[in-house]
Amino acid sequence: MSVDKSIDQEVLIQVEDLRKAFGENEVLKGITTEIKKGEVVVIIGPSGSGKSTFLRSLNLLETPTRGTILFEGVNITDPKTDIDLHRQKMGMVFQHFNLFPHKTIRENITLAPVVLKKMTKEEADRKATELLERVGLLDKADVYPEQLSGGQKQRIAIIRSLAMDPDVMLFDEPTSALDPEMVGEVLELMKQLARDGMTMAVVTHEMGFAKEVGTRVVFMDEGQIKEEGSPEEFFGSPKDTRLQEFLSKIL
Amino acid sequence: MADFSAKFYANFIQDDRWLSLVRGLKVTIIVTIEALLLGVIIGFLVAIIRSYHDKTGRFKILDAVSKVYLTVIRGTPTMIQILIMYLVVFGSSSMDSIIIGGIAFGINSGAYVAEIIRSGIMSIPAGQTEAGRSLGLSYRQTMWLIIIPQAFKNVLPALVNEMIVLIKETAIIGYIGEQDLTKAAMVIQSRTFDAFMPLLAAAVIYLALVMLLTFFMNKLERRLRTNER
Repeated sequence: MSVDKSIDQEVLIQVEDLRKAFGENEVLKGITTEIKKGEVVVIIGPSGSGKSTFLRSLNLLETPTRGTILFEGVNITDPKTDIDLHRQKMGMVFQHFNLFPHKTIRENITLAPVVLKKMTKEEADRKATELLERVGLLDKADVYPEQLSGGQKQRIAIIRSLAMDPDVMLFDEPTSALDPEMVGEVLELMKQLARDGMTMAVVTHEMGFAKEVGTRVVFMDEGQIKEEGSPEEFFGSPKDTRLQEFLSKIL
Repeated sequence: MADFSAKFYANFIQDDRWLSLVRGLKVTIIVTIEALLLGVIIGFLVAIIRSYHDKTGRFKILDAVSKVYLTVIRGTPTMIQILIMYLVVFGSSSMDSIIIGGIAFGINSGAYVAEIIRSGIMSIPAGQTEAGRSLGLSYRQTMWLIIIPQAFKNVLPALVNEMIVLIKETAIIGYIGEQDLTKAAMVIQSRTFDAFMPLLAAAVIYLALVMLLTFFMNKLERRLRTNER
């Protein structure tokens, strides 16, 4: 696998033979890969390919059946590891936003940093203001999530994660639940993040995003990584037949 | 009319009989509050144990104990439970029956509160827990800061219902020798041989109590719903 020379070589996440089964059904059949600092890894694949399960395994929202995940050199799959500590460094954005409906937008953003004593209330408030300004939603600070559109909710969900100053951001189909006219605003924010050097792993169907900001594209099928590479070679000359088939259907 | 005045006088004014209704009301309120506090504590604990077990498979023994507790308490009459508590469990103790009653009603109410709260916890989408945990919050922090506040709001009407049932159910505490509102009415009846007036008075006081509770709970519910359009 060729590695883009412009990005930092430090490995952030190292995945070794990751397997996950739900009962009899093996969803991940041995994934080995790594995510380097500054990379934007875009994971694509047909539904049921295990791509979401893979992403959710990276911060142990799904407990792997076998295999190891090293995050910043620490084996987080070891039951003795305090996963809560490491999750603070791994932001996650969900398909359905999952904002806290009983908290205002500002409270959504400041809750975790304050409760986990990363910041004082004042620092967190300042950070929230700064982040809200960045996404142009400062006027929504004191309303509740229900009053926002889908695109606004997702942008808030992204900055809620950013408030924790994560080292990596995981996106699980962040635009799949959005009305088409709102996809753009969320992708734009994600592109901004990528340009600012955030390490990202993104499960998505947005091929434009993959081509434009992805540093590496990964194709998953039947619980395995079937092909990965830079967007140019990945989309330009796909080798795997299932990938060729997949691309011909969606492009 | 003269008859009514005479009866009213005999049932409430003569020998300061109204005072026994007031004292009875005090007992009813004290027992209800005791039972409510104990019931909510037990209910929360049992609900959290059972939800945690359902989610993680841990706490096997506590979960089994909780299930036995729910089955037994919900499967037997409150009357039997309070008599067992008074005559068997505290049979040889000199503890005040107002405390024994509070404990018995609390243990009873806890079973219902537990299932109400558990249904509330289950009604919150898994994504809420995932969002909390992915930010680095612990299970406990996620539970207390994110899940329980939303669950509580959803089950408040059911909890109010349980409180209303509890207030009225304390009427059987007379069987273990405590003079609550109902018993006080019966005592007046035994002196004046008039059942209508004292029982009507007791009924009106219960009704007022429940209406007052409902009023404040509706207010609380409205306040909690500020985040909804």
